[in-house]
Amino acid sequence: MENPMMYTFPNKLRNLAIAFMVVGFLGLTYGFLTAPATIEESKAMVATHDAGHGDNHGDTSSAAHETTSAHQEDTHGAEESDHNAAASHGEGHDAEHDEHVFHQLANKPWAAIYAAAFFFFMISLGVLAFYAIQRAAQAGWSPVLYRVMEGITAYLLPGGIIVIVLLALSSMHLNHLFIWMDPEVVAHDKLIAGKTGYLNTPFFLARAVFFLAGWSLYRFFSRKFSLAQDESKDISNHKKNFRISAGFLVFYIVTESIMAWDWIMSIDPHWFSTLFGWYVFASMFVSGITAIALITIYLKSKGYLEFVNDSHIHDLGKFMFGISIFWTYLWFSQFMLIWYSNIPEEVTYFITRIEDYNLPFFGMVVMNFIFPLLILMNSDYKRINYFIVMAGIVILLGHYMDVFNMIMPSAVGDQWFIGAAEIGGFLFFLGLFVFVVFKELTKAPLLAKGDPYMGESERFHY
Amino acid sequence: MSSNRVVHALYDDDDVLLSAVKTIRSEKHHIEEVYTPFPVHGLDKALGLEDTRIAIMAFIYGCIGLCVAVAMMNFIMIEDWPQNIGGKPSFSYLENMPAFVPIMFEMTVFFAAHLMVLTFYMRSKLWPFKKAENPNPLTTDDKFLVEIELHDDEKALTSLLEKSGAIDISIIEKQE
Repeated sequence: MENPMMYTFPNKLRNLAIAFMVVGFLGLTYGFLTAPATIEESKAMVATHDAGHGDNHGDTSSAAHETTSAHQEDTHGAEESDHNAAASHGEGHDAEHDEHVFHQLANKPWAAIYAAAFFFFMISLGVLAFYAIQRAAQAGWSPVLYRVMEGITAYLLPGGIIVIVLLALSSMHLNHLFIWMDPEVVAHDKLIAGKTGYLNTPFFLARAVFFLAGWSLYRFFSRKFSLAQDESKDISNHKKNFRISAGFLVFYIVTESIMAWDWIMSIDPHWFSTLFGWYVFASMFVSGITAIALITIYLKSKGYLEFVNDSHIHDLGKFMFGISIFWTYLWFSQFMLIWYSNIPEEVTYFITRIEDYNLPFFGMVVMNFIFPLLILMNSDYKRINYFIVMAGIVILLGHYMDVFNMIMPSAVGDQWFIGAAEIGGFLFFLGLFVFVVFKELTKAPLLAKGDPYMGESERFHY
Repeated sequence: MSSNRVVHALYDDDDVLLSAVKTIRSEKHHIEEVYTPFPVHGLDKALGLEDTRIAIMAFIYGCIGLCVAVAMMNFIMIEDWPQNIGGKPSFSYLENMPAFVPIMFEMTVFFAAHLMVLTFYMRSKLWPFKKAENPNPLTTDDKFLVEIELHDDEKALTSLLEKSGAIDISIIEKQE
């Protein structure tokens, strides 16, 4: 290593990232090729699936019944009246069901790629918010981590463009992720028809482009000022960065909320939750902070960032711990109010998840709350890299499951499993994320040496 | 046994105090106690005090609070007078648990916080109407006082303290 301030992207890591992308691409291709193209194919798939997995199915659903029998008793009435209405259609009902399952299976690879694309995009957006908070708060402890954060936010633009392209493909009816985009559906659905003033394709895509443009503009200028500050004699660039960061945070908290309604909540256009934006924010915030911690520890283990000490890692650990609890608070607030009031149009959201997604739904609470709570509670453990890495990997996988649980139930119903497309999607975007982020890290010195708080940050100790 | 003579050195700045404590300890003098008007960051480490174990107690107290909350609500809401909660008359603790989580959380915090305060008072030997122990009332205002055990090295210690930035040094005979 000639210059410890300049990072060189090792070939090994580059090849690993490319290997992830290749394997992920193959998995996705396999997922798309095996998705049914016609209703007949889908019927055949369901038949073989049921034959093969009949036993397992019985077990998991009976476990689900035990925990949710309280729900079931109440919602049964509502469901039955639905069924009676459907029964009057007679044979039409079976065909409708087959078509429904076909759409779900056809959606599956799309939902898999969308969940993974959104998850990695969300990490970089969460880091951007964390970075802006450090700038706006003029934090003294974190400037040593600015270049790591700037590296991660480099993924914002490519990751965001991929998400928007996927949204655009949905609006071209290549899949049925967003059923409100289908005029056929809207024509027969009073509730969605009432929302078309907001939920219509042109406005939806325009919002998406506007949001991404706003976030990317902030990222572009903040990075520019940050690099310019390295060489400058005064702190004018630092001050500019402070101002645009404060402005960005106002823009961000509004647009992030709307983005969460648009890109995730509208997959289930009948359902709504007023704290959904905050809930997605907590998820992206904790994933972003975890990504900062993991990449910092990785770089330190390779001999870079020798100015980052245990206390910085300790503080990142505190944030991982604290925001994990914050996420749980929002998760539970959303769940408890809906569970308590038991209003049919709201409670269906959780009934689907508890009945058909029991393991991922409750498994995610263990991964995102109980595990980090117990592992990171002890102050000393937050200074041990091994514990941070272990907790971090579980938190990141847990929040992928969170995104999975937000998207899949509305997109594919009970036809889910973690298959080639899901793993492939995750690996592909992981590879792309690593590639873009580490490429960006090579472009500037790892120490933002011109920052007026750098001295304080380097001396920072607990 | 230690002698009953001590030196009181007064400081007027926490940074000076912190470096003075480090020099005094590096010269192998035994600091009995430091009196400060506010908690000085890093002083416990400079004095070489053992880490507090109150965090472990906090965890245990929290667990006790959680258990009390579960037992209490199970008795009140399920056993003694079964309640129909949220229109879901299951009469099972587990199935009604979401409704009980806020209370479980609050009781955990309540027990951890209150018992921690009590523990802290007991360990610091504090109780209501206790007479203050600080030897110099200035330490309740803006001065810092270091109490050092004195053997027969009076001159060396005094000059060391003067060098370390003490604004006042006095030798006290302790009455047993």
